[in-house]
Amino acid sequence: SSYEHKLNFKKSKEACLSYIQDAMLQKQWKRAAEFLTFYVESLEKDYSREPVGPSEIIWRIGTEILCHHSHSSIKEFNCFMEQMKTLGVKRYLKVCLEHVFHLLCNGQIDEAYQNLSLAESWRFGEQTAIQNKEMKLIQAYRGLLDYYSWSKQKNILLEHGVDAFADLSVEQEMHSCFRKAAVNLKEIIKIPGVWDLFVKCYVDLLEFYGDHNEARQVLNEYAYNSRFPANPNAHVYLYQFLKRQGESKKSLISALKILHDIVPSHELMIDFNTMLQKSKKRKKRRLGLEVIFAVLDYAGWKENVKAWSCLARQVKQIVISEKHLDWIKEEWKSRKDWWPAFHFSRYLAKRNWQENKSLSYEKALVAGILLGKDCKYFKYVSHQGCKAQVKRFRMLKKFVNRHNPVHLRVSG
Amino acid sequence: RDFNERCAQCSEVNWGLTDGGRYYCRSCHNVTERTREVVNTDFMTNSRVQTISKGSRKQKKTDGDCEWYVCEGFQLVLKKQAEALEALGVCPQMKDEILCNFWRCYLQKSKQAYCKRPAGETVKALSVCESSTDVDSEPDRPSLLHLLSPSESEGDLQTDCSFASSMSKVSESTSVYSGSVDGSLYLMKNQKEKLRMTMPMTLSFCYMALLWLREPITLSELLRFVVEGHIPYLNVFQHFPEKMKLCGLDLKIFSVESWPVYEEVHNKMLELAAFLDLPRFPDITDSCFLHPDMLCIKYLMEANLPDELHNWTCRVVKKIGIGEVDFLTLVPGNKSTRKVKYDILAAAVIVVVLKLLFLLDDHYEWLLSDFAEERNKNSKEGGQYFEFKKWYEVVKHSLDVEQKKLDEERAKYVWRCEKPLFYSVKNKSKVLKRRQMVVNLQNQFGKLSGPVQCAEKPNPSSFQLSWSEENTDGSCFHGHSLKGILQEKYGLLTAMNPDYWLCTAKLCNEKLCGHLAHYREVEFPQSYHFVLRLFSFLLRIQPSYIHDEVCMVEHKLFNKRLYKKLKYNTVLR
Repeated sequence: SSYEHKLNFKKSKEACLSYIQDAMLQKQWKRAAEFLTFYVESLEKDYSREPVGPSEIIWRIGTEILCHHSHSSIKEFNCFMEQMKTLGVKRYLKVCLEHVFHLLCNGQIDEAYQNLSLAESWRFGEQTAIQNKEMKLIQAYRGLLDYYSWSKQKNILLEHGVDAFADLSVEQEMHSCFRKAAVNLKEIIKIPGVWDLFVKCYVDLLEFYGDHNEARQVLNEYAYNSRFPANPNAHVYLYQFLKRQGESKKSLISALKILHDIVPSHELMIDFNTMLQKSKKRKKRRLGLEVIFAVLDYAGWKENVKAWSCLARQVKQIVISEKHLDWIKEEWKSRKDWWPAFHFSRYLAKRNWQENKSLSYEKALVAGILLGKDCKYFKYVSHQGCKAQVKRFRMLKKFVNRHNPVHLRVSG
Repeated sequence: RDFNERCAQCSEVNWGLTDGGRYYCRSCHNVTERTREVVNTDFMTNSRVQTISKGSRKQKKTDGDCEWYVCEGFQLVLKKQAEALEALGVCPQMKDEILCNFWRCYLQKSKQAYCKRPAGETVKALSVCESSTDVDSEPDRPSLLHLLSPSESEGDLQTDCSFASSMSKVSESTSVYSGSVDGSLYLMKNQKEKLRMTMPMTLSFCYMALLWLREPITLSELLRFVVEGHIPYLNVFQHFPEKMKLCGLDLKIFSVESWPVYEEVHNKMLELAAFLDLPRFPDITDSCFLHPDMLCIKYLMEANLPDELHNWTCRVVKKIGIGEVDFLTLVPGNKSTRKVKYDILAAAVIVVVLKLLFLLDDHYEWLLSDFAEERNKNSKEGGQYFEFKKWYEVVKHSLDVEQKKLDEERAKYVWRCEKPLFYSVKNKSKVLKRRQMVVNLQNQFGKLSGPVQCAEKPNPSSFQLSWSEENTDGSCFHGHSLKGILQEKYGLLTAMNPDYWLCTAKLCNEKLCGHLAHYREVEFPQSYHFVLRLFSFLLRIQPSYIHDEVCMVEHKLFNKRLYKKLKYNTVLR
């Protein structure tokens, strides 16, 4: 600032820092490096009383600059990280982890593995206990890399066919990777958290070696244990596993139920609806209708033919059976004010017709039932369809005409 | 230069010196471990000090260290500063006679030397310090470490002294906690009466000597030279000889972490002059550099204002009597007169003159400028009339550029020097490791900085902004004429501007709130604010100090009218 004539060390470094930040925001890496050069002497006055001290600032800023600067190499980066590791013992494992992430992003898997092993063997008095969480992560990532090795070896063996099992050393190595990976992965997923990657890999290992019970238990824990944060993926993984295992529809449906509650727009909702529609239980079919309506509330599904065809199929079936029109009425109640503009405008009718005839067909059916044959959407599409002499559109027109009164009952 | 080896990295022979005195290769920026030999200065300029104040001093302790007293350290500092000033052109008399004598006088009066019982011995008799601070107030560390650990501010001196006392009771013979013999005692003493020496005070000494000799350096210039590195101040202890080990509490005394502030140095100088019982300083007459008439010439030039304005500054100076010898000359100890800050005063006079001629109310000056512009366009004969608008644009542009440079320089300021500082022996290896890491990081990121701008110290210059008449772009206004804004009345040239606005209707009591007036940007016209900003940059002080002085000058100028409360066209703010 122009008026800061009282200058001391602290203010000078604060000013320096703001220049660094400006340069970084404008991606002027050379300039940022230049000012950082003048900032580093703050280390000689590190008070460790502020929440974020100079050593942490230098670590984070230096990392950014080295990542983006055109002249920086991975060698320099490694050298820098090694120095940062010695700077703050309280941050040691965190710095190691971030270093490993960078190496992984640069494809340096072996170096990453070495660093993880080194970090795992680090001991520093009471710090070791304090940094327990980071240590667990380090072990987990090492387990992940072990899994990755295992996977590579497995693929090699599978490619070469059954005969190659004679190559014992590869096989043994593979098994040893498995053991190492399994131990670490199992440990981390015990701690409440979001561990998608670790869970997937662990389950993959378990399935390969035939331990389906353990796999099922792990996935159930991950999905249903309330100590773990709500995670849609947990349910997806469980569902996929159960499907692979050929489980009954009943268990598949129960796996997807919570997913519907958390993420009504999930892509698996199509499968969910399909299963529910076919169910003999009335409640399930009712749920199916709820599910598919919920999916189409979301803009991402607006032009999805499959979703519309599911809805169309179920609506059609209900109309023909003349039972449970009240289901449609219930679902339509909260939607009748905004779905017409959202899905069934004349503009959309034109566009859908032009771009995707199947889409317009399915939508027209739904529109016709819910809004009657005189609604904009249905009128336009069926007119176009009949003009083009496409058979199914003629059938559609007949169908909707026949069931026209339904829309009155449904809009209540 | 004298280093002719080939670079290990690129085999070139193209060496330069880093700030830390190491050789670096200009082609590939490889820094070597070779340093230029540091010249060992003999720190005893006056052996008499030593013989009187010590009993029998051992020259060698362990490791070739010697015992040294804090005042010897300061003596060295002053010596270095005087040498630097001499190099800048100050007469050698300053160093050899004036400053020396002032210093000796100080040592005598503060009983650190030249007297029967040096202060060091008396203090030992002190038992418990007044404040009953619990020695074990920090259960996780011993109390002395609190004092020794780096802290940002100067620290509260009272708490310092309580800890220091407990510590010195613990071990008097040890030099672990201060390299100097009396470092801890120095901080502990209740210095209210004795005017304890500090680093900023060294500059007060220098300024006092300069003032005595009436050298052409103002205090603001002196402080600017300090910041620019022409006068040793920051890290001056690195020039102490090897034998004088600096550690522990010495750091609190000699290590500086902030720039000296004008007010502080000036006030200390006044205190010092009184403390030393100095007589009236040599007269500041109208041929002296520090006289407002002279300083105004300088500042008018630097501000790129017409020379003709000088007539006006002289008139104002004469009218309010601030050019009188008795007003300008320093009489130490005289509390009744307001002490003169020559540089700020001159700047204030110029600001008042600008207000007199241009009003600076964000309207009138532009109006006058438009007239001048018309006239300049239409008649090419005769000189250029001064156009405020053009001046503003030119000066603002330069000011912005220089200010930006200055701000960046401040952010890039290097505070640490090669010579590492330890608070204690335990601390040493950690400090050295950190230093090494800092150097490594500097090298690493230095390479990524783009083209190397090796910071050569800019040559010391009295003028920060310079304008040349030879420039054909018309960016120099020295020769411009004020004709357009003046008129003749009763044979006297007066301003066409009939109005004036006072910065403040009533002056504050400086003793109560520290200021004569309170400057808030938003309450004043932009033009006034700009002018203050300009001089604030040139003098490197807060605009409010100039504002205070402007208020003072105005009140002197309009004294009669103010006190008689006559009605006149003045817009009061």
